[in-house]
Amino acid sequence: MNKNNIIFTDSSRLLTESLAQAGADVFIGYPITPANLIYHYASQRFPQFMAAPDEITALQWMSGFAAAGHIPVTATSFPGYALMIESINMAYMMELPMVIVLVQRLGPATGTATRGAQGDIALLSGTISGGMAIPSFSISNPHDCWELSAKAVEVASKYRTPVVIFTSKEEVMTMFSIDKTGLAPVHRVERKFYSGDETYVPYKADEKLVSAFLPVSSNKHQVRFTASTHDTQGIIQNTAKEAIDNSKRLHYKITENLSDFTYFEYDKEEGATSLLLSFGITSQAAREAVENLRCQGKKVSLLIAKTLLPVPTAYYDICSRYKQLFIAEENLTGQYRQLLFGSMPPAHIHGINEFGKMISPATIIKAVLSHE
Amino acid sequence: MNRVYLHEGDLPFCLGCGHTLIAENVDKALQTLNLDPLDVILVTDIGCHGIIDKSFKTHTVHGLHGRSVALASGISLSLNNPDKKIIVFIGDGGATIGLQHLIDSAHRNFNMTVVLHNNMLYGMTGGQPSELTPLGFKTPTLPEGSTQKGFDMCEVVAAAGASYVCRLMGIGNIADQLAVALGKKGFSLVEVMELCPSYAVKSNPGMKLRQVVEEAGLGIRVYADRDYTGYETEVKTETPSLIDKEKVISCDFTSALKSPARIMISGSAGEGVQAAAEFFARAAIASGLNVTKKGSYPVTVGIGFSSSDIILSPEHILYTGSPSPDYMIITSQDGLDHSLSTIKNMQEGFIFLDESLPVPNTTVPVIRLGFRKLAGNKNAAIFSLLYLAIHQKLFPAEAMLQMLSQSKLAGKADWNALVTMLP
Ligand SMILES: Cc1ncc(C[n+]2csc(CCOP(=O)(O)OP(=O)(O)O)c2C)c(N)n1
Ligand code: SF4
Repeated sequence: MNKNNIIFTDSSRLLTESLAQAGADVFIGYPITPANLIYHYASQRFPQFMAAPDEITALQWMSGFAAAGHIPVTATSFPGYALMIESINMAYMMELPMVIVLVQRLGPATGTATRGAQGDIALLSGTISGGMAIPSFSISNPHDCWELSAKAVEVASKYRTPVVIFTSKEEVMTMFSIDKTGLAPVHRVERKFYSGDETYVPYKADEKLVSAFLPVSSNKHQVRFTASTHDTQGIIQNTAKEAIDNSKRLHYKITENLSDFTYFEYDKEEGATSLLLSFGITSQAAREAVENLRCQGKKVSLLIAKTLLPVPTAYYDICSRYKQLFIAEENLTGQYRQLLFGSMPPAHIHGINEFGKMISPATIIKAVLSHE
Repeated sequence: MNRVYLHEGDLPFCLGCGHTLIAENVDKALQTLNLDPLDVILVTDIGCHGIIDKSFKTHTVHGLHGRSVALASGISLSLNNPDKKIIVFIGDGGATIGLQHLIDSAHRNFNMTVVLHNNMLYGMTGGQPSELTPLGFKTPTLPEGSTQKGFDMCEVVAAAGASYVCRLMGIGNIADQLAVALGKKGFSLVEVMELCPSYAVKSNPGMKLRQVVEEAGLGIRVYADRDYTGYETEVKTETPSLIDKEKVISCDFTSALKSPARIMISGSAGEGVQAAAEFFARAAIASGLNVTKKGSYPVTVGIGFSSSDIILSPEHILYTGSPSPDYMIITSQDGLDHSLSTIKNMQEGFIFLDESLPVPNTTVPVIRLGFRKLAGNKNAAIFSLLYLAIHQKLFPAEAMLQMLSQSKLAGKADWNALVTMLP
């Protein structure tokens, strides 16, 4: 570690800076704890910053900016995200690039604003009506915050889609010392707009299932953005095959390109028969627990999910190699576990859960050792 | 007049629907303004009026029920170009569910023209009443007639501060009046009164539009005509990196700490607890340690407790929860009240308690010291942490004293002298 480049900072700052460097250029905010630091930093850093009067408006303004060629960002928590959902569906259907940072806190409802949680996985996975896939990245440490935020901008632009950065209170509000030279340079996303002479067909997809983008400022081609079921021209159709195929494409566009944005950390230990799977704020406790268990001579592998949704098939592949699987997440019901393995998982799959407090390494260690 | 902005052919509405008249007159009004179709962005709401998109040659954006004004506001803010004409088509239903957007966008005077298709009911969903349905107006779900007065959207939007607001009767040629609104800078609203033949006419046999409007007391007139310039979006060109803004801490000292130390300090809001913790953290970093810090305080930040968790470690820090601190510092009664449950769970470690406070029930050693008396209430937190650094040999006191001497706190106390006063 270079001892002369240490700063004392927080992940809200890293995240905001990374988004801005990657090319996100508009931040629309509505304040909510624990996302307020991001709002604050964005107000200083983003070329355009607007304070919206509520979260529905925030998402609508963002969609307007996106339709005109920008990559907008907002940051919120469950209560705000709940209000945004219909508009996120709209942006998804219109294929508008944008980034939504969802900072989890303890619910239900207003719950405890200042207490972290990982309780919104089910909500996140159900964001798009029809259960369609929306790319969602989960941050597991400050470096992820830096790298995945930039990735989120890239994926949003490349695949014309809203992307969610999924984090929680403790991750974005805790200060830490970090060597700033360890933050890899961020590449600015280059946006490609349709430049052909033939009539622009707004939802005509290429071989990657992505359609070319053109903002409503075009003086050459007519542009249509439509959130109702529409054909490739962007004209509303009831359930005509072309329109239904177009809606299905929105899902396949994400799932079929998933390998392009699959990120995870797999710390494999030779001879281990147990695997610990975690993500988000619990990742650090999981890493510490694994270090500790190995010191005690217990062989255990670790999988940290970073591309949370849609679930990369690699996770199933890795999980299938172990006799015991532990899934640690800070919620009551084991939402990610249920998402992966259903509500009645086989006996070798164990949930490690807490509600209202962080999962400690000790809790994880105890759970792992109790299934020797 | 031939169509320019609309395609030829029938429009998608029921025979006799007022929406047809509006669409055709918007075409004519745009012709008077002589705009390039690709300089026009039509944003439509959900409702019968919203299925017009396919008939227009302009750019079209078709979003959600009630949100068209907000969506158009985003486009307007983004383009920030008065030569682009942003038009919103919305119904009385959309204006009801999206009322806030109308008020807000009028208030900020975003550049756009809203054409409110007021047929006094929800056409698309079968003729239910909106908040704009007039007293006595019958719909299929209100066969006895509405028992409440609908509100006057022109009054609302004019009061919110729009550049231009008027109400028109959706009969005959309304292109000139629409052109006036479309030519305005800032936010303009044209409310067009009309009838839905499929639901309103059936429910109110023999009803005449003029009569309904008159009985509802809705004026056919201009409500606001102000010489406003409209909203301009601020775009910053140079915004410094947030990382570069952070002060680099040079590691001029060394710490002998071998394993992580977890510290919790609890005091009162307004007594500098968070700032003290940050000072302490920076001094630890200057001594080569890895540090994390988090604050905890009630949402009313100016009153009650203020507490901070700090971890110092020679190694990389992973888990940042601190279930049980090694060192607990309490500088005030608020801090003590807040920390009681943590103290109860402490099996080992030390508690450093201000001597003015009652000793809590605990099995771990409690060291009582005069933080408040010696350093004063505002300096007690920083003084207690300075003491901890020295007393527990976490890192050299000089690291913190040097930082203090270079800070705003330099003159607040004689820190060097204070250090010598404690055991
Ligand atoms: C959030 C939401 N709630 C309800 C609806 C159902 N809905 C569709 S159109 C409409 C009312 C349309 O009435 P209006 O805006 O007056 O337009 P009109 O059909 O009369 O032209 C409603 C309630 C919806 N699409 N979205
Ligand atoms: S239902 Fe009414 S509002 Fe809708 S198109 Fe027919 S006449 Fe017009």
